Amino acid sequence: MPNFIDRRLNPKDKSIGNRQRFLKRAREELKRAVKEQVKSIGIADVGAGQSVSMPTRGVGEPTFQPAGDTGDRERVLPGNREFSPGDRLRKPQGGGGGRGGAGTGEDEDDFQFSLSQDEVLDLFFEDLELPDMVKLSLKETLTFKPRRAGYAVTGSPTNINVAKTMRNSHGRRIALRRPKQAELDALAAEIAELEQKPKPTPKDKERLGMLQAELEWLDRRRRRVPFIDTVDIRFNRFEQQPLPNASAVMFCLMDVSASMGEREKDLAKRFFVLLHMFLRRRYERIEIVFIRHTDEAREVDEETFFYSTQSGGTMVSTALEEMLRVIEARYPASEWNIYAAQASDGDNISGDSERCVTLLSTVMKYCQYYAYVEIIDERESEIFARTDNGTSLWRAYRTVDGDWPNFQMTRIAKPGDIYPVFRKLFAKQPQTLRQPRK
Amino acid sequence: MTRSGKLLFDGSDWNFETLSRTYDAIEEIALGELKLDIYPNQMEIISSEQMLDAYSSVGMPLMYQHWSFGKRFVFEDHLYRKGRRGLAYELVINSNPCIVYLMEENTMAMQALVTAHAAFGHNHFFKNNYLFRQWTDASAILSYMEFAKKYIAKCEERHGTAAVEAILDSAHAIMDQGVFRYRRPPRLSSERERERARERLEYEEQTFNDLWRTLPPSTSAKERAEAERDASERKKALNLPEENLLYFLEKTSLILEPWQRELLRIVRVIAQYFYPQRQTKVMNEGCATFVHHTIMNRLFEKDQVSEGTMLEVLQSHSNVVFQPGFDDPRYYGMNPYALGFAMMQDIQRICTEPTAEDRDWFPEIAGNGAWRETLLDAWTNHRDESFILQYLSPALIRKFRLFLLTDSSGDNYLEVASIHNERGYQAVRAALARSYDIGANQQDIQVVDVDLLGDRQLRLQHNVKNGVLLEETSRDATLRHIRHLWGYDVSLVGVDESGEELYECSTDEDGL
Repeated sequence: MPNFIDRRLNPKDKSIGNRQRFLKRAREELKRAVKEQVKSIGIADVGAGQSVSMPTRGVGEPTFQPAGDTGDRERVLPGNREFSPGDRLRKPQGGGGGRGGAGTGEDEDDFQFSLSQDEVLDLFFEDLELPDMVKLSLKETLTFKPRRAGYAVTGSPTNINVAKTMRNSHGRRIALRRPKQAELDALAAEIAELEQKPKPTPKDKERLGMLQAELEWLDRRRRRVPFIDTVDIRFNRFEQQPLPNASAVMFCLMDVSASMGEREKDLAKRFFVLLHMFLRRRYERIEIVFIRHTDEAREVDEETFFYSTQSGGTMVSTALEEMLRVIEARYPASEWNIYAAQASDGDNISGDSERCVTLLSTVMKYCQYYAYVEIIDERESEIFARTDNGTSLWRAYRTVDGDWPNFQMTRIAKPGDIYPVFRKLFAKQPQTLRQPRK
Repeated sequence: MTRSGKLLFDGSDWNFETLSRTYDAIEEIALGELKLDIYPNQMEIISSEQMLDAYSSVGMPLMYQHWSFGKRFVFEDHLYRKGRRGLAYELVINSNPCIVYLMEENTMAMQALVTAHAAFGHNHFFKNNYLFRQWTDASAILSYMEFAKKYIAKCEERHGTAAVEAILDSAHAIMDQGVFRYRRPPRLSSERERERARERLEYEEQTFNDLWRTLPPSTSAKERAEAERDASERKKALNLPEENLLYFLEKTSLILEPWQRELLRIVRVIAQYFYPQRQTKVMNEGCATFVHHTIMNRLFEKDQVSEGTMLEVLQSHSNVVFQPGFDDPRYYGMNPYALGFAMMQDIQRICTEPTAEDRDWFPEIAGNGAWRETLLDAWTNHRDESFILQYLSPALIRKFRLFLLTDSSGDNYLEVASIHNERGYQAVRAALARSYDIGANQQDIQVVDVDLLGDRQLRLQHNVKNGVLLEETSRDATLRHIRHLWGYDVSLVGVDESGEELYECSTDEDGL
């Protein structure tokens, strides 16, 4: 009979530490691979356990290996059918390495594996110095749900936690030496027995008196140390947990006129991805509406949104109008948390920017917030850094910036600029938060 | 009806009762009939995830942390999840007690098979084969690994993960060059060594004469002789040439801190521990497969397992010993299970029902009837190379239809040198045996010289065999790792059998 040990319940993931070390090691490569991939997949898919394929550069483990194309070798192979000694065969492509070769090299030129969502987020937003997103507070909590939160000494009788209360009471009874029922019973029985005796001796009488005194004392003590004292009682404590409205819709507005190039679109996509990811942390259901515009706006699917070009002028107000139309048709503000993000290079047809501002005041009534990012050239970022100067749309929005706490506008020139936008957006919100009661 | 009464188990579900009942029945056959000699077994049931974990830490239950194990893990994990690779049914560790992992997903039939295979086949081999007996210490390995793991974790805490990783990376690069292939001569005790050094110093002091210094520079011939003498003395003091690079660096490197030396030692000990396994792949698997095949058949003969069980066992057995031909897309080299198992079955046949050819080739064992003893002896005293050279029979060469292909880098063709015919048997057998000689196939790189008082350059020599050179990118990268451990420049010279220099490279040329 051997020793059988059941290890199945041992902690799993013994190699998680090694895995993390490997990822750290392969960081640069992975970052590149993830970025490549993010470009090619949908916004909502970013972050779901992705399979990443990466070359093994940087994580190679060199050893002395024989060079495949040098020297003389011999090889014994099974399964000869038609060869006779002296037959010559053409060498397989790629030198003498072949399949029957040394067999030492693992085939891992391009080696694939899956990353968890957090790992992808980490890699994707590393250059954004993403802090702990969980701490973010989104505004507009609509409902509260009670949640168990430990015990309290006060509360309503329906919430008494019997197990906890009885445990406390038991401990106190032991500590204060509350006489047990059995002891009392034993005394009473003995007293009864003595009293029954027809001819009590003086010794019996003495004993009887003693016992009665003791019984009385025990009785008093029992009354002083109650079975359940008010100090024992514990109540289940509930906290009101704010529940955000479970569904949100995110509007992506983007100018797709010719002035928006590959770089601009890539930055815009990152911005949208980030927003989507923030929202996903909070909402159970998120829908994304893509509205693109030139001098007319249309709701399109994601593919078209990012990858097809359209010629025409630029009229931003059309996008806002389209958004209002969609909200009215499908997303009543009472049921949906509405978020909007607009990306543009700032060009607009003259006179339209003012109209945008007017429209914006309507839009802002519905939106949880509205973020406007203007994607500028990296060279321009210096010039524009501190001035109110800028494109026509920027100047127009500038006039209303500050009218609403949940309106944000910013210029971004590189990926690193994106995150701070969000920090501002979310950090500004607390005063509008409806705080739950303590 | 009577049959089912004796069955050890029925159906595919297992529990600890059937496991242990089956174990006892297997043990009876293994020890009683096959006369196996085993370490006590410790059977551990694990899940598939734990199996993956075990994979990535080279099959040890305890292993220090290193990113390369994580790399292996994600690699295996991915293949497994994609369904491109199954997991092993078992894993067995050469330790005392012998640890055998059983996967929880296995059916009871598989558990029986695995028990016979690992807990008796491998276990017997570990305990008895001369390589394992001489080179590994089964009873100490687990506690050593525990020490190693803790020690490295402590180093990481004290010196930082990066510093520890850097040393381990470099050590891993020359792990293959970190084993002693031949037994070391017994070393002098340190006391006697010190005594000798003191004596030499005294002698030099006594014979010192300042006048020698004033002599004019000696003639070149004399100088050369002197330099040569210096060098040979130097080499003798350092015990050069040295084949174990890790050992040499651990003892001699000028820049390593004590804890870094200890890390090298740990890597070296592990490399040495696995060295016998690499030399006995065919025998080890063959032995285990032969044992499980024999035992399961005996259980069936004794009516202790059902026909259904036997079918399942045979199905997975034949998968394991499947050897595709060289032109089959599934071909991935010789299957050690197939070769080992076939050879051992062949030995059994030669012992009991020899043909005239067998009597000719194996006069000592043909028809001796004692196949158990013959096999026990082979398992104890051989490694793959010598085993094949000794026991591969013409019948088996014909069965596998083996042929020998020569591949010379100068030619643009491969030539069939020998096939499975009368003239080819010897050549095929010898070539197959050679291909399992790890000592000969591994790149032979040795430390030949180092001038500790001069430029401190570490001189390595690659003894080129059959003109097979080193792949240059990985060679240079590996040399950089050695330089990292040595602290000064490292040079490598390739020398062929006749002593001619084929190439030379060194780390300073790389500008590092």
